[in-house]
Amino acid sequence: MAHLEDQRETVYKVDPANPETKDLPILRTEELLLNMGPQHPATHGVLKVILDLEGERITKSTVVMGFLHRGVEKLAEYGTYHQFIPHTDRLDYVCAMYNNFAYCRAVEKLLNVTVPERAEYLRTIVAEVQRIIGHLFWLGTQALDIGAMTVFFYTFRDREILLDWFDELCGARLTTSWYRIGGVERDFTDSLETKIRDFLAYFPPKIDEYVVFLEKNRIWLARTVGVAVISAEDALGYGLSGPTLRGSGVDYDLRKYESYGAYPKCEFSVPVGKNGDTYDRYWIRIEEMRESIKIIQQCMDQMPEEGPVMADVPSVTLPPKNRVFTNLESMIQQFKLFSQGFDAPPGEIYCGTEAHKGELGFYIVSTGGGKPYRLKIRSPSFIHMGAFDYMAKGYMIADAVTIFGSYDIVMGECDR
Amino acid sequence: MHPLAETIQARFPDGFVSAQEWRGDLAVTVKREALHAIGRFLKDDPAMACDYMVLVSSVDWPDEEERFEVVYEVYSIRHRHRIRVKTRVPEYDCYVDSLTDIWPGADFMEREVFDMMGIRFNNHPDMRRILMPDDFPEGYPLRKDFPLQGKGWRDTFDFLNEGAAS
Repeated sequence: MAHLEDQRETVYKVDPANPETKDLPILRTEELLLNMGPQHPATHGVLKVILDLEGERITKSTVVMGFLHRGVEKLAEYGTYHQFIPHTDRLDYVCAMYNNFAYCRAVEKLLNVTVPERAEYLRTIVAEVQRIIGHLFWLGTQALDIGAMTVFFYTFRDREILLDWFDELCGARLTTSWYRIGGVERDFTDSLETKIRDFLAYFPPKIDEYVVFLEKNRIWLARTVGVAVISAEDALGYGLSGPTLRGSGVDYDLRKYESYGAYPKCEFSVPVGKNGDTYDRYWIRIEEMRESIKIIQQCMDQMPEEGPVMADVPSVTLPPKNRVFTNLESMIQQFKLFSQGFDAPPGEIYCGTEAHKGELGFYIVSTGGGKPYRLKIRSPSFIHMGAFDYMAKGYMIADAVTIFGSYDIVMGECDR
Repeated sequence: MHPLAETIQARFPDGFVSAQEWRGDLAVTVKREALHAIGRFLKDDPAMACDYMVLVSSVDWPDEEERFEVVYEVYSIRHRHRIRVKTRVPEYDCYVDSLTDIWPGADFMEREVFDMMGIRFNNHPDMRRILMPDDFPEGYPLRKDFPLQGKGWRDTFDFLNEGAAS
């Protein structure tokens, strides 16, 4: 019992300096250090955050990352441009298609290659399908982290339909590698077109279904409205992008302002929030899913019926697969492109693409030859975590999960 | 020359080195002594108004005297323009002034540059490694003289012999 007595002694002690409380026992206060992660179900991967707590309030947070660091940027310097496409799948493994897209666009900018029209439409459709998958995944897991479990089952049910569609498109659900430099790997089949049209009719009422679960849920509202507010100026300074930035009221969407793919031919609006809180970031993602449906619909209607899906630049683009096995020249072309790569012009480019998390950019320095001299990935997850300390200050421990959940982080992309 | 580069040259005649425009990207090379002042100018001047921090990166050129290149890319939401600001540092004096006080987002990105390339930033609030472990003994992985498979530190690990254990 002696040690218990000692403990009580330290917890209730008299403060002699203050005469008013001289005779009262006062509660001892002490800052508490809490390690959250690396293995924590709500950190979406392996992330550690050291929280300095005063009571249950966060006074300072130190982010420890790098548990998933695989040196992708180093690997890029040792492989050809084509060989790096499968690596991009593993950056943000929830949304591989958009990473492929961002990387292929950057290399096309470096090489000045124009993609055929039908391929641009195919790319845009698949990218928007991927955006819906990303937002569904985010919505399900974020609601799960906050405590609304039901939505998770609904969003994952619909996500599964689209992943099966990916499976039919390229033979993989997550690590797709369907985009190629100068085009795409293969065209849609009739069955794929029918399925995506069915989905366009099926999906919009489902969005309303998720909204019913959440927007009248008092717990969801209490835990998102007014939580983790960031002003537009701060959000810009921290380099936030995507729904996290637009939630603060900044109209910054690369699909609109540095338009690419088939986006300039589509009509869509960019939802922008007002308050910069977690609820606005949620609302933007819901609205973006509705906009994505519109974009896919327009692309399906406008897309040319026939046409090549790969640019005809033999020094850069891959030959069609069926010709590789029957035609000697095509086989030589394929072999040379994969073993030596193409000769990229010396120079440097930065190309940003609006992925569903934010601006996914590739900065490529080339000194000529088949391999990039330096390839830097601007990954939104990494940059969003830079604002975590600032945004979490003053909130409760339980809100920490809400805050980094609202950035939509994936650690594979964060640590690269 | 691009009008934005001309403005920077007129304002900082001593700090300006050169400007390149390629594939629609504007890159301005400046002296590192002027980097912080130019950063402040890019953020605060109403004609520039580059309030959005896009990227901090670095490139290693081992054969050149000023070996490392630090690259900042900033964007203006109001004017919708991008500027890439680059500066060179030699290996024996590997320091750049941090831009964290201008764009707070530079904090993590500069730490990554330090972690991967070994360039240090003056006045940075928290100059530690970020992706590699704090006690990583092998140097800076993205330097060109760092081998792809590491420097062999892992070969000295003492692994259990699984066959003998069973």
